Amino acid sequence: MTTTSTVAAVPRRRRVVQHKRAIAFFILPFGVLFTLFYLIPIGYAIYQSMLVVERDGTFGEAQEVFGWFQQYVLVFQNGPFWRSVGRVLLFGIVQVPVMLGLALLFALLLDSPLVRGKKFFRLAFFVPYAVPGVIAAIMWGFLFSPNLSPFTAVTKNIDFLGADLVLWSIANVVTWVFVGYNMLIIYSSLLAIPTEIYEAARLDGAGQARIAWSIKIPLVRPAIVLTAIFSIIGTLQLLAEPQVFRSFSSAVTNTFTPNMTVYATASVPNASLAAAFSVVLALATFILSFTFLKFTQRKEAE
Amino acid sequence: MSSTTLDQNTKQPRSLKPSKASDPSASAGSLKESLLSRTGAMLIMGIFTLYFLIPIWWLFVASSKSQGQLLTTNGLWFADFNLFQNIGDLFAYRDGVFLRWMGNSVLYAGLGGLVATIIAGMCGYALAKYRFPGREVIFNVVLGGVLVPATALALPLFLLFSQAQLTNTFWAVFLPSIVSPFGVYLTRIFAAQSVPDELIEASRIDGAGEIRTFFTVSIRLMAPALVTVFLFQFVAIWNNFFLPLIMLRSEELFPVTFGLYAWNTQLNQVPELRPYVLIGALLSIIPLIVTFLLLQRFWRSGLGTGSLK
Repeated sequence: MTTTSTVAAVPRRRRVVQHKRAIAFFILPFGVLFTLFYLIPIGYAIYQSMLVVERDGTFGEAQEVFGWFQQYVLVFQNGPFWRSVGRVLLFGIVQVPVMLGLALLFALLLDSPLVRGKKFFRLAFFVPYAVPGVIAAIMWGFLFSPNLSPFTAVTKNIDFLGADLVLWSIANVVTWVFVGYNMLIIYSSLLAIPTEIYEAARLDGAGQARIAWSIKIPLVRPAIVLTAIFSIIGTLQLLAEPQVFRSFSSAVTNTFTPNMTVYATASVPNASLAAAFSVVLALATFILSFTFLKFTQRKEAE
Repeated sequence: MSSTTLDQNTKQPRSLKPSKASDPSASAGSLKESLLSRTGAMLIMGIFTLYFLIPIWWLFVASSKSQGQLLTTNGLWFADFNLFQNIGDLFAYRDGVFLRWMGNSVLYAGLGGLVATIIAGMCGYALAKYRFPGREVIFNVVLGGVLVPATALALPLFLLFSQAQLTNTFWAVFLPSIVSPFGVYLTRIFAAQSVPDELIEASRIDGAGEIRTFFTVSIRLMAPALVTVFLFQFVAIWNNFFLPLIMLRSEELFPVTFGLYAWNTQLNQVPELRPYVLIGALLSIIPLIVTFLLLQRFWRSGLGTGSLK
């Protein structure tokens, strides 16, 4: 950020920029596309979210007029939207720690001398990541169904697709897909630790569990924080898996997650309210991952 | 931006392949690790191997069955092996619409991923290797873009594309897919580490232009990062759901995941579609698995690059 002010304050005293054309050639394609498909849509979403529909009398022609933050008042009064936010927050509080806990456990086991056949396990655990969310949800939808599942003995007695459990059935799909991916990120950062660090601990008689807890986990913290942030972002954006589950379960409503609410609202069509939902959701995502990042950094400093 | 992790990753002090030599604990510490903890560890890994692989195994078995046997035979073992006949039926169904979807996905994800990687790589390289006013501003804006969830963009993109009358076209899904802020972030950090200034200088003395230097020399040194960016983008586009959901109406433009989703929603009315959904799901994950296996040498070294602080 400091450079911003320097550039503005002393532009002329700087050396002449060399290779201007090459720099433009390298930067412009991305710059133009980023502006068109990131910056302008963000600006447009904010603009659209401030429009309200007005009519002249009951039967007058509908007109979009600028209404500042009126839409946002509606957002805050919208019950289904906040219920969907609450639902994914509950989902995230349970699913993210379970998923990352498993990923960390597997990464530590792979990095320990306790496990043989590491190459096989690494691949086997990672394969689900190659399955798109839609396909994974279709597969598990069949596996959970009371008639088609190969485990009918279980699925006939436990209603995985009912109102009580369907959220956790979806959590299972997300966990199944992403554990291996997160495991690999943590594992590759474990591999980057020089082995000499462990030797002193081993000479002092520390076992694998102790080494993992006191040395390895603190050293791979950045990787865990990164995977946690990606997971938090992913949770708030949940869409494909619950949308697919609607075919298997009537308990999944069309406002089950915030993004489904956005889609349902846009199809009404109420573009302004949907845009306001999108803006609130993007801000919430940003604030949540930013807070988490700051929180973990401060804990690290202590 | 401390770059210790990246540094160690590029140098790769320990190979990712677990060999006896790189695992000093195997000889020295093996006596200390009791049989109990070994068995426990292997048991955990074994159970979870089943958890991760059984769904895919079931999908494979189910794809090999005829419609009738799907419901009546053991789901985890084969009945009459009809896989190839089922595949043939799927390819023939509705004039091969499934193959069309596969082709669309390859185009969206393959071509889109490639273009995204080149564009992001060029930008990241320029941000790492040239000094010019506004450089940090651009980088910070792009970094902010990494944190903007792609699904938050889907709706405004739809509104904008509908004003340009471009919804329900190939471009509506393709164009937004070729922008990868994460790619710029990753390639910038990687280029700063792995492309030495001396090399660019030497290339200049040899009379090569800046652009030629990038495409002949620098791009090779950046290969691991570029492959990682390509893979991330490829997977992101292949899995993208919101954009096709909101943009596309015509079946012939669907990517394969979205086409299968559409069939899946009709299952209650058209149960005959069930085998097609299952076989289609199986076939649709094969390109991704093949891509990962072919490129794993690259992404394994590139994955850790993201865990910079």
